[in-house]
Amino acid sequence: MTWSAETLARAHDIIARYPQRRSAVMPLLYIAMREDGRLTDDGMRQVAELTGLTPAQVQSVASFYVMYKTEAQGKYLVSVCSSISCFLLGADDVLHAVEQAAGVPAGEADEEIGVEHAECIGACGGAPACLVNFELVEGLTPEKAKEMIEWLRNAKPDVINADELQTLFGGRRSFDWAIKEENGAIGPYPAFPPFGTAAHNTQPLEPGRRPMSNSQPAPLEGGTS
Amino acid sequence: MNQTLVLFRRMTDYPADSHTLDRYLETGGYEQARVALGKTRDELVELVKSSGLIGRGGAGFSAGMKWSFLAPARPAYLVVNGDESEPGTFKDRQLLERDPHQMIEGMIIAAVANEVHEAFIYIRGEYPKPARRVQQAVFEAYERGYLGPNVMGTGYHLDITVHLGAGAYICGEETALLNSLEGRRGEPRLKPPFFPAAKGLYMLPTIVNNVETISNLPHIVERGIDWYRDLGHDVDTGTFLFSISGHVKKPGNYELPHGITWRELIYDVAGGIRSDNELKAWVPGGASAPWFVPSKHLDLQITKSVTDTSGSMLGSGAVIVMDETTDMVAAAERLVRFFAEESCGQCTPCREGTTWLDMILRRMLDGGGRAVDLDLLYDVSDNISVGVGWPPKQTTICPLGPSAVSAVKSLLEYFRPEAEEHISRANRVPLAIKGVGA
Repeated sequence: MTWSAETLARAHDIIARYPQRRSAVMPLLYIAMREDGRLTDDGMRQVAELTGLTPAQVQSVASFYVMYKTEAQGKYLVSVCSSISCFLLGADDVLHAVEQAAGVPAGEADEEIGVEHAECIGACGGAPACLVNFELVEGLTPEKAKEMIEWLRNAKPDVINADELQTLFGGRRSFDWAIKEENGAIGPYPAFPPFGTAAHNTQPLEPGRRPMSNSQPAPLEGGTS
Repeated sequence: MNQTLVLFRRMTDYPADSHTLDRYLETGGYEQARVALGKTRDELVELVKSSGLIGRGGAGFSAGMKWSFLAPARPAYLVVNGDESEPGTFKDRQLLERDPHQMIEGMIIAAVANEVHEAFIYIRGEYPKPARRVQQAVFEAYERGYLGPNVMGTGYHLDITVHLGAGAYICGEETALLNSLEGRRGEPRLKPPFFPAAKGLYMLPTIVNNVETISNLPHIVERGIDWYRDLGHDVDTGTFLFSISGHVKKPGNYELPHGITWRELIYDVAGGIRSDNELKAWVPGGASAPWFVPSKHLDLQITKSVTDTSGSMLGSGAVIVMDETTDMVAAAERLVRFFAEESCGQCTPCREGTTWLDMILRRMLDGGGRAVDLDLLYDVSDNISVGVGWPPKQTTICPLGPSAVSAVKSLLEYFRPEAEEHISRANRVPLAIKGVGA
């Protein structure tokens, strides 16, 4: 199986940005994840061919970084931060709530939802925090985390938009996000243009697909806006 | 206490669009890049050297000195380190999301100063939103001629590429970052010989600077050395971004001068401890820094030299505050676990040592601690960082291993009775019942 002409063209554009094509391994691995939903042997072979490496060399790179997933992660990968600042404010309870609501233990996934603990995600001022397909939600509680999982199961959004998640389930933020974003993630890999983002459907969700409580985000207290 | 807004000025005054090129230009943007394009390498290196600008990535080295070491071979590269991953640190995220053009202008200045025509911004994989904002800003800058083959009509050529990491703290270490950018495992390189200024990206001379460091440059060029030095305190020039988190009422990023006290920072700036609890300890400069405690350190001035000589460091500016309810063994375990998970595995003392430190702390928490465990913690720490002193000695290629020792050293130094309580007989449960391995 090989990539489409369009995907290959995109890959070649990325390779052209670097003085040596080997440097394109990391962005191309994300493209491989987008193509197959996870990192497959075929995907790694394709990356090897494009970058002039052996498949073993590509695999050695891929296996070093936690965001390259060779196992299926479902449609939504929920990464709950468990490092010190989040831990001090109850991250373990949030992780357990996510595991229970999803019925998936950390490190595993079903067809829809993957759960994992993450090391510091840089949201310490809005602890405890998590990522859904690497889009940030800050100021979580175990209750809100549970609602979020139920919402993912019921509403099945095609695009994960951080502003939407933060409004529905988040609380205190590290700083004022200030700017609304249209784009979001379309799979369990970072939403960055070369590997695909999608505009968020701004149509309101149908009634009944709303979360149980629909509160506003808590006012921002600390930090510079 | 008011902030001293320099890097955070535009996003504070214009929260809705501080990230756009139009707003950036309207507030004087890219004028300093034009000034820099008219200067020589020597002039710019001298300017940054005399400004006293210290790299904000955590190691605390003079940015101008770093530039002056750049070897003469060309091409040379500029790499901006946006792999912010030190637990407690979230300042670069704010700079990347809210004022990306400030950094891009700083990159133009750094590129001119170092005769660089190809630059990279390495942003951690968990920051797709900051990466989108920066990419958008880079596109805008290309469209309007601030980047590309003819920067601002001067004939200077500069390309910038945004590169996304994939979840590895160690890539914040500059030589690991370069390996990662070359499409390799993010394993640090041995220094010497692989100092980036001489043998960096593709073994060519390379400048690696942190996002905050680079974002300071337009302001230094604009307002000069005297202004920049006056902003600061003694040898700690300029402002400093503090990321405050944990058990405080008002966590967040704050832009402040050096020289205030920890008491002012925690109780005034950050609003004090939640529920007006007692302060128990704080991490003064990111997870790698040894802890401070109120009985000894609360009225110390926050400067690089005072912090260094008091047994810790300002590092990345991350202040993690812990109140009286904190179980210090659990806090130490959580800090150590981070380093155990993020060890790249090259060096045995770090790969094995951090894992063992974590296992010992975890069995103490699980009720399986042994009487010898505190000595064992010290012994393993000593294998990673001989003497368990400060500044830490290193048996490894990079400082990650010794960083894990900081929390253990602090636990043993300040909270030994609490740690002993964890392993006292009263807390012990037979391992077979707990299902805990040795």
